[in-house]
Amino acid sequence: MEQRENAIDIRSAVKRYGSFTALKEISLSIRDNEFFTLLGPSGCGKTTLLRMIAGFEAVSEGSIYLFGEEIENLPPNRRPVNTVFQNYALFPHLNVLDNVAFGLEMKGRSKLEAREKAGLMLELVQLIDFSARRPSQLSGGQQQRVALARALAPQPKVLLLDEPLSALDLKLRKTMQLELKHLQRETGITFIFVTHDQEEALTMSDRIAVMSSGQLQQLGSPRDIYETPCNMFVADFIGDTNLLDVQVDAVKDGQAVCRLAGGHQLNCEQVEGVGPGAKVHVCLRPERTFISEKPTETENLQGRVVENIFIGTDITTLVELVEGPGFTVRTSNSDRGSQGIFEPGSDVFINLEPGAARLLMD
Amino acid sequence: MAGLSVKLDVRSYSGFKAVTFLCLIILYAPLLVVTIYSFNASNSIASWDGFSVHWYVDVFTGPESAKFKRAAWNSFAIALIAATVSTMIATLAATGMIRAGKFKLRTLSFGLISLPLMVPEIVTAVATLIFFNAIGFERGFATIIFAHIAFCIPFAYLPIAARMQGIDETVEQAALDLYATRQQVFTRILLPLMTPGIISGFLLAFIVSLDDFIITNFVKGAGVETLPTAIFGAVKQGIKPNIMAISTLLLSVSVVMVTISYFVSKTDKTT
Amino acid sequence: MAISAPDGEPAVSNTYHKSRTWLLLPSWVVLGALSLVPAILMLVYSFLTKEFRGGVIWEFSLAAYDQFFFDRGLFGDDSPTLDWTYIAIFWRSFWQAGAATLLSLAIGFPTAYFIATRPVQTRAIWVFLITIPYWVNLLIRTVSMKFLLRDEGPLNLSLMAVGLIDSPLQIVNTNLAVQLGLFYSYLPFMVLPIYAAVERYDFSLSEAAADLYASKWVTLHRILLPVTKPGVIAGCILVFVPSLGSFLAPDLLGGAKNYMIGSLIEEQFKGNAGNWPFGAAASMILLTIVLVILIAFARQQSRLERGRV
Repeated sequence: MEQRENAIDIRSAVKRYGSFTALKEISLSIRDNEFFTLLGPSGCGKTTLLRMIAGFEAVSEGSIYLFGEEIENLPPNRRPVNTVFQNYALFPHLNVLDNVAFGLEMKGRSKLEAREKAGLMLELVQLIDFSARRPSQLSGGQQQRVALARALAPQPKVLLLDEPLSALDLKLRKTMQLELKHLQRETGITFIFVTHDQEEALTMSDRIAVMSSGQLQQLGSPRDIYETPCNMFVADFIGDTNLLDVQVDAVKDGQAVCRLAGGHQLNCEQVEGVGPGAKVHVCLRPERTFISEKPTETENLQGRVVENIFIGTDITTLVELVEGPGFTVRTSNSDRGSQGIFEPGSDVFINLEPGAARLLMD
Repeated sequence: MAGLSVKLDVRSYSGFKAVTFLCLIILYAPLLVVTIYSFNASNSIASWDGFSVHWYVDVFTGPESAKFKRAAWNSFAIALIAATVSTMIATLAATGMIRAGKFKLRTLSFGLISLPLMVPEIVTAVATLIFFNAIGFERGFATIIFAHIAFCIPFAYLPIAARMQGIDETVEQAALDLYATRQQVFTRILLPLMTPGIISGFLLAFIVSLDDFIITNFVKGAGVETLPTAIFGAVKQGIKPNIMAISTLLLSVSVVMVTISYFVSKTDKTT
Repeated sequence: MAISAPDGEPAVSNTYHKSRTWLLLPSWVVLGALSLVPAILMLVYSFLTKEFRGGVIWEFSLAAYDQFFFDRGLFGDDSPTLDWTYIAIFWRSFWQAGAATLLSLAIGFPTAYFIATRPVQTRAIWVFLITIPYWVNLLIRTVSMKFLLRDEGPLNLSLMAVGLIDSPLQIVNTNLAVQLGLFYSYLPFMVLPIYAAVERYDFSLSEAAADLYASKWVTLHRILLPVTKPGVIAGCILVFVPSLGSFLAPDLLGGAKNYMIGSLIEEQFKGNAGNWPFGAAASMILLTIVLVILIAFARQQSRLERGRV
């Protein structure tokens, strides 16, 4: 099978500001036609990376390829990529139609043709009736759509989105998440999306790159990243996690026998590089565990219920393990009928789904 | 009820309102009085003999009219040239200061631009006079224009720079991202957005030039008069009614220009 | 803003960094030639020998500074004693400028405060009202002030008509007239920075003080004034510095008795005394004083700002 060309190839890209290194040798490839997300806490370098692709930041070392063509030395106005800015950056002195037509006009289309195409884009985002308005006369959500239409109008090879939904309220944000996803499918343009919101990233992306302190931590599908985080940072950053310190006692048949501080043993799938005696961590997702009065066939931990927290769809139960650390169990409210609620103070067993425990190194 | 609400409101201090009105009275009383007396029919400033536009007619046709017309023409020509040139220089400088990144000479450049604002005007006047004397440049119309251009730059610069700082730079980046060249960004995005600032800067520079007495008085050549120097010369002989008419006219010009500048900034649709 | 400061790192707009030199060159040339070079030449001139009909002879001399500080008798051969004539003029200027500054503060602070606590929509109009007179020609304003305050002027006439006074108050040619003139010249410079400071002031601080049993005037003194201090100091500097070197108000309203630095300097270049090096030296001394004040002010402002973080 012939391999499709990547939309973006970043090779050993480094970004320094004086003595501060914002990006430390990032290499990654973004496939054509995918919804790709750069995820990480603020200050992790994700926006810097996006701005390097757009051409607003110079690359200190390394190179960036767009469909095989080296672009890191091109100014932003010569790169066929467009950006949806976090604050939208709509031109305040131009009306909505002229904002959307701007890029086409700059690419040499006649004013008439540019406006005609801009009109079509505005129809796509359902804002054609607002063509004559100034950006300041629009709501946040409408401005967002104009920014999107403006960036898509010149038909860029890659669309860059810098936390475009962060200024919207929760409900609108959810709607726009789906709309963006559909738009990406319809247009077939590669989207590179920057966000610090892990839920947003999981909802929208084909693939996610998790970043922290200027480094790529993990690259994979939302499912990969959630279910098989490769290190402590990713496990902690994505979703809720119970992290327990353990020591490996023995390794056999691909299984590692891990011992908690109190002596209790757990079996986990072995990870490469972990041998007997290693001090590692076990990561357990709260929704992959459940509580019972008696131990079950699967792996069990023992503890005492501290508190139940009702969060709508689920109930979160805080348990203090006999070994000391706290542990969170999440139970869906629809499952509760079979188990009932364990009042604070009750001694319980925490049952782990098979394969739920995952070994992580520091 | 009103008394109670004043007591409850931590913001209001009794007496501050009265002081504000006193302040406005002190500010406006002299101007109002001169405006009223400019319509005095009397030949003396001491008594009021009824309403008349006699002295306005005198300004344009009276014995001193030629002198004042000449001075007014000089004043407006100088203000127009000085304001235009200094606004252009200030616009470029603001772009260089605010849109061209950090650089070593930035603080120094800012100091240079604000120098005429920090130094007492009389010192600027002395220094400029000495400069023209030292290079052997004969004092006249041109020396006034040069001095005014330099003196007006910071006044034009301030509103332009303030406006420029208010423009979100991502707007320019968006334009670059949408294939505009830097020149196109300047003419199609930056300049239209800066227009209110540039107009304010120009008007400010124009008024500052029109108003200037001290520097003009130092650097002007013999026989070249602007309105302020001509008025000063006349006032030294005593305040006469025609001076009040001229003052009222000049006062109106200033008020009209400031009002225009105010409404330009008000009707700015971009914010 | 986030995109301009990627992930919290400081960013500077540098769209035009390649053309920076060309953008700044006109201002460098014009201001260098017409501000910086003249200032240096002024320093040079203050050390030259005077020519009797204006101008200088290019010969080094300390005569200008000597004349400023010392008295060497009628023929210049007595042993030098400290001469107070010119120092007294500087001192009087300080005093007048200081009084004008206090007057501006006393009226400017309540005014600025009152404006800043108006509803947002009307604030701009109030500020506009305060600034309009400033845009009227300074000479015309000063002349108007003189006309109003004259012995037979409208103020005295109306006061006498009401019966408050029997004979006209002599205001023109007094210190008070000069102070009023200076106040009138630079009042907006006092109001605007204080207005900006009060507008930024968080009134929940006043509410907290009131909640903790402070009276309004205690709140003003203990909370509002200290918090808005940078604006107050800025206002005082902006009134004091131009007052110090002003020429029109003392010249037109003060008369010969209330002679200030501005008139002293002007006389050296325009009048009959005509001593350029001495005028340059007096200007240099004034400039030095002003720069010292401005530097002290800049330091204090940056200290206040750092303390505020």
